[in-house]
Amino acid sequence: MTKFVKSNEAVVMGALYAGCELYFGYPITPASEIAHGAAKWFPMLGRTFVQAECETASVNMMFGAAAAGKLCMTATSGPGFSLMQEGLSYLAGAELPAVVVDVNRAGPGLGNVYPEQSDYTPAVKGGGHGNYQTFTYAPASAQEMCDLTIKAFQMATKWRTPAVVFADGLQGQMMETVRLPDEECAKPDFSAWAAQGEPKTRENLVKSIFLDAAAQEVFNDHLQRKYEEMQADAEAETYLADDADLLICAFGIASRVARTTAETCRKKGMKVGCFRPISLNPFPREQLAAAAKGRKIMTIELDAGQFADDVRLQLAKSGLGAEAASVMMIHRMGGQVVSVDDAVKSAKMILGK
Amino acid sequence: MKVVEQKGMYQKFPRSGKDTRVTHYCPGCGHGIVNKLVAECCAEMGLQDQTIFVDPVGCGVFTYYYWDAAHISAAHGRASAVATGSCRARPDAVTIAYQGDGDLGAIGFNNAFQAASRGENFACIFINNSLYGMTGGQMAPTTLEGEKTTTTPFGRDPDVTGHPLHVCEVFGQLQAPVYIARTSVADTKRIMQTKQAIRRVFELQKEHKGYCVLEILAPCPTNLRMDALKAAQFCMNEMEREFPLGTFRDVEKNIGVVESAPATEPSPLLQVKAVPQVKSCAELFAEKTVVPPAENDPSFSEIRFKFAGFGGQGILSLGLTVAEAARLEKRHTLWFPSYGPEQRGGSASCSVVVSGTPIGSPTVEHPDVLVCMNQPSYERFVGDVRKGGTVIVDATVPVTRQPPEGVKLVVWPAIKMAEDFGVPKAANTMMLAALIKLACTGLKDENLEQALVASFAKKPELGVKNLEILRKAEATLV
Repeated sequence: MTKFVKSNEAVVMGALYAGCELYFGYPITPASEIAHGAAKWFPMLGRTFVQAECETASVNMMFGAAAAGKLCMTATSGPGFSLMQEGLSYLAGAELPAVVVDVNRAGPGLGNVYPEQSDYTPAVKGGGHGNYQTFTYAPASAQEMCDLTIKAFQMATKWRTPAVVFADGLQGQMMETVRLPDEECAKPDFSAWAAQGEPKTRENLVKSIFLDAAAQEVFNDHLQRKYEEMQADAEAETYLADDADLLICAFGIASRVARTTAETCRKKGMKVGCFRPISLNPFPREQLAAAAKGRKIMTIELDAGQFADDVRLQLAKSGLGAEAASVMMIHRMGGQVVSVDDAVKSAKMILGK
Repeated sequence: MKVVEQKGMYQKFPRSGKDTRVTHYCPGCGHGIVNKLVAECCAEMGLQDQTIFVDPVGCGVFTYYYWDAAHISAAHGRASAVATGSCRARPDAVTIAYQGDGDLGAIGFNNAFQAASRGENFACIFINNSLYGMTGGQMAPTTLEGEKTTTTPFGRDPDVTGHPLHVCEVFGQLQAPVYIARTSVADTKRIMQTKQAIRRVFELQKEHKGYCVLEILAPCPTNLRMDALKAAQFCMNEMEREFPLGTFRDVEKNIGVVESAPATEPSPLLQVKAVPQVKSCAELFAEKTVVPPAENDPSFSEIRFKFAGFGGQGILSLGLTVAEAARLEKRHTLWFPSYGPEQRGGSASCSVVVSGTPIGSPTVEHPDVLVCMNQPSYERFVGDVRKGGTVIVDATVPVTRQPPEGVKLVVWPAIKMAEDFGVPKAANTMMLAALIKLACTGLKDENLEQALVASFAKKPELGVKNLEILRKAEATLV
């Protein structure tokens, strides 16, 4: 079944197919349509929608629902995402599966409601306290807003971790055709660890406290090992990259500007290709290294260079120091989107044409 | 030491890291007594399998060492939000949040208050010992006037820090809670009353009657810098004067019931409707018309549209109609509106991309087709139109500047025609007529017409009317 829908609505559709049973949300532009869809559709399927009093409450309601063994989610934008960071740390510390959608708006502060990718660091590196990470996907279309929301629930379940679907205002508002899944996902069984109010879960304790320093270290080691193992599920996509002289690295909505830029450059005789991380954490480092080796690299991003810095770091970790040092960036901020014209000009300059 | 059987508690407390039955509470602390009473009630009522305890941060943080039931350890102040989540996830469970006066009264007050206001299906046992215990005896919202704490070293001065917070009385203003009471554990008689109250809370939760809050005054000898007896006396003599004991509400017993506004004829504007139920996502999202997914057709060159005008002129829906026609034709398509504060007044615009191959950049920097219904948007966008493109502008808009060279300009009286046809809101349909007549969409006329009719799915008679005047307008256009 295909539908022509707003990406924000596609998130809710994906969540419902994924088996998400509870939605906790607080209104914020440009993410509000996710709450609107959830408020209508969750109850129609006999599932739960709660409008929380603030984002701190939403994320802690998720903590309670996840601890009670049910799949749950929330969606927000920058300021709300900031408020949720403490809760995300607790979710990670208690190893609870839950999904947060961040439809990034321009910041800092109140900023405006137009697209940025400036929540990169908190969305990708774990924005709260302590050494934790989230599984973070970066959708680039309405279809992926649906599909990657489903996968976010699957990864959250598989790795017992909070997962983030990291989108932006432009993407949230845009409508495209979405093909819905043929079947709904099976509901996972968390009774081995969840507090479900049933005889079999009476012994269970969900917590993130380790009063003993040695025990906390053992737990932190376990978390870090888990994050390393998560690398196996890193995902990326390349486009026109095989013979490229210049590789454009971009994620989310910026990757679509990159795609058109590469096509335009090819028409002008410049060998330009694209690399797009689909998961930002785990970062598809090996795939990036394979695509980037020996090439010139440019990022397109809607932030001040947080992504470019990550690309440099990932290349350096892959032993591609020269490539890392040469990474160039074209970016816009404040709610402006990099134009294809500007990106093509930059590509031309880098290629010396 | 001989182990004395305690109902509802673990036989030993290995989660504390020690193989003993010694709690972490200080001698004379009220928490220890309340912990015992809660455990007893839970066990006596046979609810241990069914109960989910939500533990706070504060001196009550380690109740999971003691109470033999499932536990969720919440962040500081968030036990009521966490309990909201868990009781919504497990409506059959008995959910008990345990919070102190810093946790509930300060950092988490709004979460507790809003949970009470929503009438969540859990009970909050709230320990009021007039200060922060775990962090070293600081002032809490419940600290008495003149009481010395580590952050009110000269005694709490109400001119500087306000007056003690009365949680039961504040929550008493809400309609949803079914049980609100304050008890004390300062002496035997009060302990027995507290046990009755805790039992009542479990009874109400067992039957899922709704939100309960039980505030318990508890001595904190360590931070009051008193011995156990003096701290208990402080509780009875000083705290009770500020915080009177009693059952403020027990809805089932008709105590302290807050009546809603007197019943009048319900307004048709203010009615709760039954939620229509569906069995599956497939049923929920089923569409009447099955539209196949887009197909790749590189021979179809991409067309980028910009539609702009005042909010209310139907600009966004005109764009949607073109996008829907493209979808009917199995083209890749994308629609993107201007959004934010401007959607509530002033100019609105939307972009549409129609393509034979997957669409890259969603932004329309250089439209092939620009439709403008007002002057500000004409002036803003006309310079961007691609060579070979088309600009259609309403005849009410003064053409203050010419489009770039090689761009066709069509002035079209859409607003006037719609008025002449007696459907003034249909100026956007008149613009669609121009798009069809000028053949600049790359889409088939019948699909554009079908999409127009589909856009009025909720008001079919308007769809018929719009189609009729669309065809009339097409005939007019030279």
